Amino acid sequence: MSWLKKLTSGLSKTSARVTSSLSSLLGRSSIDASSIEEVEDALISADLGTAAAARLAERVRRHKFDGEVTAEALAGALADGITEILEPVATPLVPQPGDRPHVVLLVGVNGSGKTTTAGKLAQQWRQEGKSVMLAAGDTFRAAAIEQLQIWGERTGTEVIAGAQGGDAAALAYQALERARAQGTDVLIIDTAGRLQNRTELMDELAKIVRVIRKLDEAAPHDSVIVLDGTVGQNALSQVSAFQDIADVSGLIVTKLDGSAKGGVVIALAEKFQLPVHAVGVGEGADDLQPFEARDFANALAGVSSET
Amino acid sequence: MFDSLKDKLQDVFSALGKRGALRESDVDTALREVRLALLDADVALPVVKTFIARVREQAVGSDVLKSVRPDQQVIKIVNDALVEVLGSEPAPLNIAANPPAVILMAGLQGSGKTTTAGKLALRLRSRERKKVMLASLDVTRPAARQQLRILGEQAEVGVLPEADRESPAQIAKRALQAAQLQGFDVLILDTAGRVTIDEGLMAELREVKALTNPHEVLLVADAMTGQDAVTTATAFKQAVDITGIVLTRLDGDARGGAALSMREITGCPIKLVGVGEKQDALEEFDPARMAGRILDMGDVVALVEKAAETIEVEEAERLAKRMARGQFDMNDFLSQLRQLQKMGGLGGIMGMLPGLGKMQKQIAAAGIDDSMIRRQEAIILSMTNKERVSVGLLNASRRKRIAAGSGTSVQEVNRLVKQYQEMARMMKKMGGKTGAAAMKALMGGGMPGGMPGGMPGGLPGGLPGGLKGGLPGLGGGLPGLGGKPSGKKK
Repeated sequence: MSWLKKLTSGLSKTSARVTSSLSSLLGRSSIDASSIEEVEDALISADLGTAAAARLAERVRRHKFDGEVTAEALAGALADGITEILEPVATPLVPQPGDRPHVVLLVGVNGSGKTTTAGKLAQQWRQEGKSVMLAAGDTFRAAAIEQLQIWGERTGTEVIAGAQGGDAAALAYQALERARAQGTDVLIIDTAGRLQNRTELMDELAKIVRVIRKLDEAAPHDSVIVLDGTVGQNALSQVSAFQDIADVSGLIVTKLDGSAKGGVVIALAEKFQLPVHAVGVGEGADDLQPFEARDFANALAGVSSET
Repeated sequence: MFDSLKDKLQDVFSALGKRGALRESDVDTALREVRLALLDADVALPVVKTFIARVREQAVGSDVLKSVRPDQQVIKIVNDALVEVLGSEPAPLNIAANPPAVILMAGLQGSGKTTTAGKLALRLRSRERKKVMLASLDVTRPAARQQLRILGEQAEVGVLPEADRESPAQIAKRALQAAQLQGFDVLILDTAGRVTIDEGLMAELREVKALTNPHEVLLVADAMTGQDAVTTATAFKQAVDITGIVLTRLDGDARGGAALSMREITGCPIKLVGVGEKQDALEEFDPARMAGRILDMGDVVALVEKAAETIEVEEAERLAKRMARGQFDMNDFLSQLRQLQKMGGLGGIMGMLPGLGKMQKQIAAAGIDDSMIRRQEAIILSMTNKERVSVGLLNASRRKRIAAGSGTSVQEVNRLVKQYQEMARMMKKMGGKTGAAAMKALMGGGMPGGMPGGMPGGLPGGLPGGLKGGLPGLGGGLPGLGGKPSGKKK
């Protein structure tokens, strides 16, 4: 199943489709200021936040509809607006062959899906014929190491792991040393989930970054924050804090196969202009898909035909 | 990130004069700010809408008191309503059943079910001395069962041994049998995270529920959840009829509007909150703190208390002045009765007074209870405005009408009038003192109708003779009366 289908089917099962709640606006020749509130509400319900929703709704209000406002035209106008915001940030995650290894650091709050994403990335790059190494940097959560090791077995990837409770920075250092020695193409470092306001835990993360830079100043080449698709406006605080500590260079949004719409991505794009690399749409190894602005916008707005 | 709601409301009301009732337009302007604050805190839109409508009803027309700024007053109304929705009563876990009591954990992926299961096991073992068994039905996420086993070992509770190739339903059955045979008090079933729109997985959860007949089905939800909280809560409520909510990651900086959404949508209490990575970081839910957090006002509680205090003091001062001038009328009497009720009724006051605890029984035996205060309130409310101001108007036929209107008897009306008159006489006597001193003297025994033994009128309805010796320790004034309504909230 393509990610678009999954995303679309997820969204269509809920009241989702932003436009499905806008039936009262249909059949008019234009959208006036009073009814724009409905558009805004629908967008707020998709987690865009009040500010981003207001801006987008205003854009739709200014849109010149040809004749009557139909469901398709309304959804189309919304989707266009969303695409315009997201297109510049839709950037796939591509390891640079010259890096050897290209180091990808996965960071984020607890339960956002870092370990699963690490497994899926390994799978993807293994299938592209790259050599991949996984580093089990979550030494805190019980059985997080085992969880990553199982992903290693599934994808045929070597996993560097220490003991639970061990020093994550030291482990990352070892893994990078080893990957360099072996000429591995990509090293994916999983880290423990941490809430962004817990300074002592954020300091630990800063240490991981500091330590791997001793071996390679350019590392991590990608510092990716993994965001739970059901998250609300706290995503802004998460990205901002992790950016300060770990120089986040892009994001991956997980769990978009559910009823959550992930609209906060739009607010994030407006505020941080960080690349959105991929979306997680299931628990299988192949359920990580490149982020496509137009597809995401269409699914969110409820543009029905996909081609 | 943004101005706090408090600042915004202050701006809204800066133009408003200090006196008068809150006007509709002022309230609407204020509530627009409240609406934004709630949405920014991730309260789901439909919940915001019903909530705002409810608050609006309460706020429009309510009096603006002299020393309370309108913004404070609106904040108080919003805060009170929020606390009420979030749940004003404690919601303990229902595990008193015939052992084993089964607790089923459900929720989306990554919401914190397994961690919470471990924390809950520790809590029940160490605080409630329960013999707890953990069992993982999560056959989906790699190493999920190992994770629960490790947490169980750390918490020093029983863990169901893992077996290969079992379905969640089969594991549930085996766990229940094992818990029964081995005499466990509580069996906690951890389940795989699932998206609510996955019919297959939701059916699996229903099957487990049917097999194990749990006493608690807890929805574990991330405090950072956005608008989807509504969909999630609705889906789990419908599928497995959850009995409570556990909110995780409340140690983060999310404002946690999901708490309000889920509480409102499911009607289920928030039973526990996760507040840290350590295994004992599981606490009872505190609605007042949560309300302050959602409104993004750390000082909201203090502020609100101060506002309430100001209202009370102002009212008390007004009363004192009127009394000093001998203007104490039935409306004032009514306002005192109400103040007494607000403080938790007679029982609440008695509980606050040292040495009075023992008398409670006597008082109860004499038939003096809060229902009497309510009856007295009804009597006054059945009077016309004129009658309340000039009690002399009350002839026999008026008294009959009032008795019928309030559902009481003429005797009761007579008794109230007599009490009032005695009290009014007392007021006049104190008339020479300054307002504040008079107030103090009054509050020294100044329950509505006063107390017997040097206090005018006696308790509403009068106290039995046995109490007439005066009440020890009352001279210093009733704690709280006329001051801040302390000690009421428990």
